[in-house]
Amino acid sequence: MSALAVKQSAPVFAALGDPTRLRLVARLAHGEPLSISQLTEGERVTRQAITKHLEVLADAGLVTDHKRGRERLYALEAAPLDDARRYLDQVSAQWDKAIARLRALVER
Amino acid sequence: MSTTNTIEKQADLRAPIARVWRALSDSKEFGSWFGVALDAPFTPGKTTSGNITEKGYEHVRAEFHVDRVDERTHTLVFRWRPHAIDPNVDYSHEPYTTVTLALSEIPSGTRLAITETGFDGIPAARRAKAFEGNASGWAQQAVHIADYLAKHA
Repeated sequence: MSALAVKQSAPVFAALGDPTRLRLVARLAHGEPLSISQLTEGERVTRQAITKHLEVLADAGLVTDHKRGRERLYALEAAPLDDARRYLDQVSAQWDKAIARLRALVER
Repeated sequence: MSTTNTIEKQADLRAPIARVWRALSDSKEFGSWFGVALDAPFTPGKTTSGNITEKGYEHVRAEFHVDRVDERTHTLVFRWRPHAIDPNVDYSHEPYTTVTLALSEIPSGTRLAITETGFDGIPAARRAKAFEGNASGWAQQAVHIADYLAKHA
């Protein structure tokens, strides 16, 4: 694992180093996006506290959110089903780099 | 067409088509921008291989099975295994992806169209492996932890 990868992983570990946040990740791991109200259900902390925890998870890239009507829905970013898509993104990024080098070669 | 099976790219280059075609069809020129030191020219029906020149991947030997080098239609087609980067893994039983590079003339120069297809044939485990050692790999681990907790809570 490269030094850069370790550095990039640190916020992920920090984000997971809290029981409430780990529970949120566990609930979102089922794959279905959930609202703050749904995620607050069964927790002993306030809606505001859950919102703050979700912000920490979002900053670490673990969850994403989007608006649906008046609600904000949260989803786990690292769902296993995303693997295929992310794999293509990585191959695609390599093509972009190669095209940039080709451009430099033929346009000079 | 499935969304996970194919990558399509397009780039408009400010250079004559003959110049861009040379950068595609000459294996030395191709290697200089693709990032591979090929040991033989592109010949239809033949394989050429070489080590990746990008830093950190120099141990990777890439094989290109050339299907078409067509100067008339300015089309290069080859099959290879993208991301076969782990020296401890035998990739020989895995399917190839097919890459088509096609050129056409446009007023400003040359349009390059790239299609790489066949990703659905690559085992899911290997796709996931491509992320190991980066931040998203750890995010993946977080999901495993979360799954475990959900089952054992």
